[in-house]
Amino acid sequence: MFEPMNNPAQQKFDVLVVGAGPAGMAAAVRAAECGANVGLVDDNFSLGGQIWRTGSATGSPPEASEWIERVRAAQVKILCGLRVFDQPDAGVLFAEGAVGISELQYDKLILATGARERFLPFPGWTLPNVMGAGGLQALVKSGLPIQGKRVMVAGTGPLLLAVAAYLKKHGAEILMICEQASWSSLAQFGFALSTQPGKILEALRLKKELASVPFVTSSWPIAAGGDQVLESVTISRKGRSETIVCDYLACGFHLVPNTELAALLGCRISEAVQVDKFQRTTVPGVLCAGEPTGIGGLELALIEGQIAGLAAGGREADARRLFPRRERGRKFASELEAAFHLRPELRSLAKPDTLVCRCEDVPYARLQTYTTWRAAKLQTRCGMGPCQGRVCGPATEFLFHWIPDSVRPPIFPTRVESLAAIAHCSEPQEHLVSGGQ
Amino acid sequence: MPSSLALRVNGVAIEVSPGTTVAVATMLARTSCRTSVSGMPRGPLCGMGICFECRVTINGVSHCGSCQILCESGMDVRTDE
Repeated sequence: MFEPMNNPAQQKFDVLVVGAGPAGMAAAVRAAECGANVGLVDDNFSLGGQIWRTGSATGSPPEASEWIERVRAAQVKILCGLRVFDQPDAGVLFAEGAVGISELQYDKLILATGARERFLPFPGWTLPNVMGAGGLQALVKSGLPIQGKRVMVAGTGPLLLAVAAYLKKHGAEILMICEQASWSSLAQFGFALSTQPGKILEALRLKKELASVPFVTSSWPIAAGGDQVLESVTISRKGRSETIVCDYLACGFHLVPNTELAALLGCRISEAVQVDKFQRTTVPGVLCAGEPTGIGGLELALIEGQIAGLAAGGREADARRLFPRRERGRKFASELEAAFHLRPELRSLAKPDTLVCRCEDVPYARLQTYTTWRAAKLQTRCGMGPCQGRVCGPATEFLFHWIPDSVRPPIFPTRVESLAAIAHCSEPQEHLVSGGQ
Repeated sequence: MPSSLALRVNGVAIEVSPGTTVAVATMLARTSCRTSVSGMPRGPLCGMGICFECRVTINGVSHCGSCQILCESGMDVRTDE
């Protein structure tokens, strides 16, 4: 590992799938079962995406193992540890790995790039040990000892409950779960869930696992305190503030789709990647499945992935049979969206000196004077650091209603050697700056 | 597979279980991953290769997203470079 770059290694596939989470694995399996030569590329070191994280120290659920077995049985070529960063020409992607660059050619491309957590800035949120809810779970799955640690869980969305249950199972003391949504909003969701037998079972099981944990609605973090590292969290709870000493704050405000690669390829995006009934984007030969088409959860991702894989493999009749299940999944997704809608009070969490862009340390007060994301970027460097606006972009979208800018390659920070190793690097200087190197 | 791996974080030897990421190794070594442009300590945020707060130098290669890299025996990890 970590040696000088060689020339790009070329590989060609009938169907290339980007993202090896549930949607991507399902897409790859179904396309390969149609007889296609399929490649499955992911920037993580193992299959499963963020939700399953197979190969982790703490194990993964049986459903994940079943899909991995199907991926292997279908002889899908697995390309883990490779991050796609550019499309030099139609039908070709460049990906960077520890040992060099890969040039991945395809006839059909399926984007299954998943979602990330939405972070909202509040005083102290940049302190070490303030993390995403999924972020802390991911670190525990990567070996972080959590036994006996005092954890506050806050933000919004069903992920908070799943994370709290997971951490508790691994020995964490969950002090409180603060959900910004109101009880009445959640109660409506609970009612809607009854049309989803699998979902309500899941919710009930979590309820049992979390029986002793205070679950507070209409509550959110207003400040994280500590010298060099998190020591306490102050929350707003029914109009009053309360400070709680803790080791970790796991805080995420639901999820946002990862649409950067789709945007680079020119796919039409309106909050999420726009697709037709066969999961085809507006770019010929490029399909999209799972969270990038709208946050919908695991079951919908698996169905959309299968539809995309079958469509890419030419079996549209088989894909059609899955349409009713996708409809049910989408209905669930829209109920989810309504229940966990962000309340306007969260816009006033950031104080004038609260950093909004963590890469370039741009405070709220500096951004307030601008009317567009583009103007703010150019004048303050907000969104110009290594994360390329993946963290502050969704935050400013909520705070200021800014609409994200166009995407430029490389869509992830890329090593100089990687750019030098590819023939296509006509504007490397500018790219390096945008990549924050 | 060995039961533990030995590596160094800022010159200090630490042992981790196989399957542990470098981000976790830096947390076990009780160091932040980087210092921000205005001098604040930062640690992992997203845990999934999005935020780049956990970037460190590994075996002399800078800007490595440590939450997506598994610890290897003999690794030399430097934070804040």
